[in-house]
Amino acid sequence: MILAASVLEGDRLALARLLTQIENDTPEGRAALGELFPHTGQAHLIGVTGAPGTGKSSLVNRLARYYRQPGEDQAPRRVGVVAVDPSSPFSGGAILGDRVRMRDLAGDPGIFIRSMASRGSLGGLARTTAGVVQALDAAGFELIMIETVGAGQAEVDIARLAHTTLVIEAPGLGDDIQAIKAGILEIADILVVNKADRPGAKSTERALRGMLQLAHPIRREFQHHGLVSQLSRGGDSQPPAESSQDDEELLWIPPILQTVATEDTGIPELAQEIERHYEYLQATGDWQRREETRLKAELEQLLQEALLSRWWASMTQSRYQAVLQNLVEREISPWEAVSTLLDGGES
Amino acid sequence: MSAMQQQKKIRVLVAKPGLDGHDRGAKVVARALRDAGMEVIYTGLRQTPEMIAESALQEDVDAVGLSILSGAHMALVPRVLELLKANGQEQVKVFVGGIVPDQDVPRLKEMGVSGVYGPGTLTDHIVRDVREAVLGNSGAPAV
Repeated sequence: MILAASVLEGDRLALARLLTQIENDTPEGRAALGELFPHTGQAHLIGVTGAPGTGKSSLVNRLARYYRQPGEDQAPRRVGVVAVDPSSPFSGGAILGDRVRMRDLAGDPGIFIRSMASRGSLGGLARTTAGVVQALDAAGFELIMIETVGAGQAEVDIARLAHTTLVIEAPGLGDDIQAIKAGILEIADILVVNKADRPGAKSTERALRGMLQLAHPIRREFQHHGLVSQLSRGGDSQPPAESSQDDEELLWIPPILQTVATEDTGIPELAQEIERHYEYLQATGDWQRREETRLKAELEQLLQEALLSRWWASMTQSRYQAVLQNLVEREISPWEAVSTLLDGGES
Repeated sequence: MSAMQQQKKIRVLVAKPGLDGHDRGAKVVARALRDAGMEVIYTGLRQTPEMIAESALQEDVDAVGLSILSGAHMALVPRVLELLKANGQEQVKVFVGGIVPDQDVPRLKEMGVSGVYGPGTLTDHIVRDVREAVLGNSGAPAV
């Protein structure tokens, strides 16, 4: 297929058009992704998540620029950015505004930024973000930063997709009780307190550190694969024997960094921690495990969608409406409606 | 269900080239397009034509809206059109909003601009025009 071949040759317009095909889940997009799949699995996928306004886009901007100009005796690396913003639940439209903070990256052919609307997905990413990331991976971008929608507490899909997840906090957003709740803080491989020049940065860091000290003993048994397969709903976790390499020095304790993205403070240190996490993943075999978990999660998602659309194709509107009507009139319960629709009982 | 999600969305880049700092018009138009179900990539102030063309390419947009209040439209618009064409994106529709003297409107349209909208234009009007320009062009299904 021409599109996939052009993408591999580095044609940026072909890549942009392919991303649209993937986003719209067209047969062309699927076919091209199939062709590109053998070329994927090279990139380091870095997730960036956190509440709205904590500075995710600004940090991505600075990090990307740093990777392009890393200083002496380091080669610049090609950076892909996928930035997701929410779609309106009413109109389906969206304002994708992450590029506003990424002006510094203009004019550099080693960078490719793509904005995506969430299109109804609730986990912080769009349904097709994984496919878009695969295309960028195949196109030779070595680092791919995936910025989620401004996330609250439970938008944790990014941990399934990324190798390294940064959770961005800002001073003044919550106390130590917020910090021990389940959810977004748990998925952090690296915690970043951005806007660290603001009052309260120290106490935010202290709350996060307290959270880590409390969570650490539990985390140790679960390790990353346990955490991630928990997320992937019903996924069977690895046997406990796997954690035999549970040596103290092999444990990853999420570091906490302070940054001021607007002033470019703390960026090299952050990049260094990301690199250290990459090396950790490689050394412990966690990289491979995360890849497996991610592909399994992707397979499950695609399987669900395929089964659902196959089922819809076999269902007539009139029959569906009839069952729905029975349900609305409370003649049958929701569960009875489901079994009627699925098992073809009389409605 | 999944058929609905597969529908093509109209993607529009809304950008403000040049040096004036008045972005209210651009934001109003971006919001109107959003409310009409389009995906609007908003790039903010002080964009060069090069930045605009690069964003249009990476985002694979169907249309580009330029908000210009500085009077520099006769320099900026042709440059954007030229760069889009050089990138292989001559099918992208370009529309202009802001302060454009009447005598410049036909000249801009001759260059290939799909619409020029001054103060007082109804946003519904812009939304309808953008939709017609994009769908008439590619024959893609409606938003």
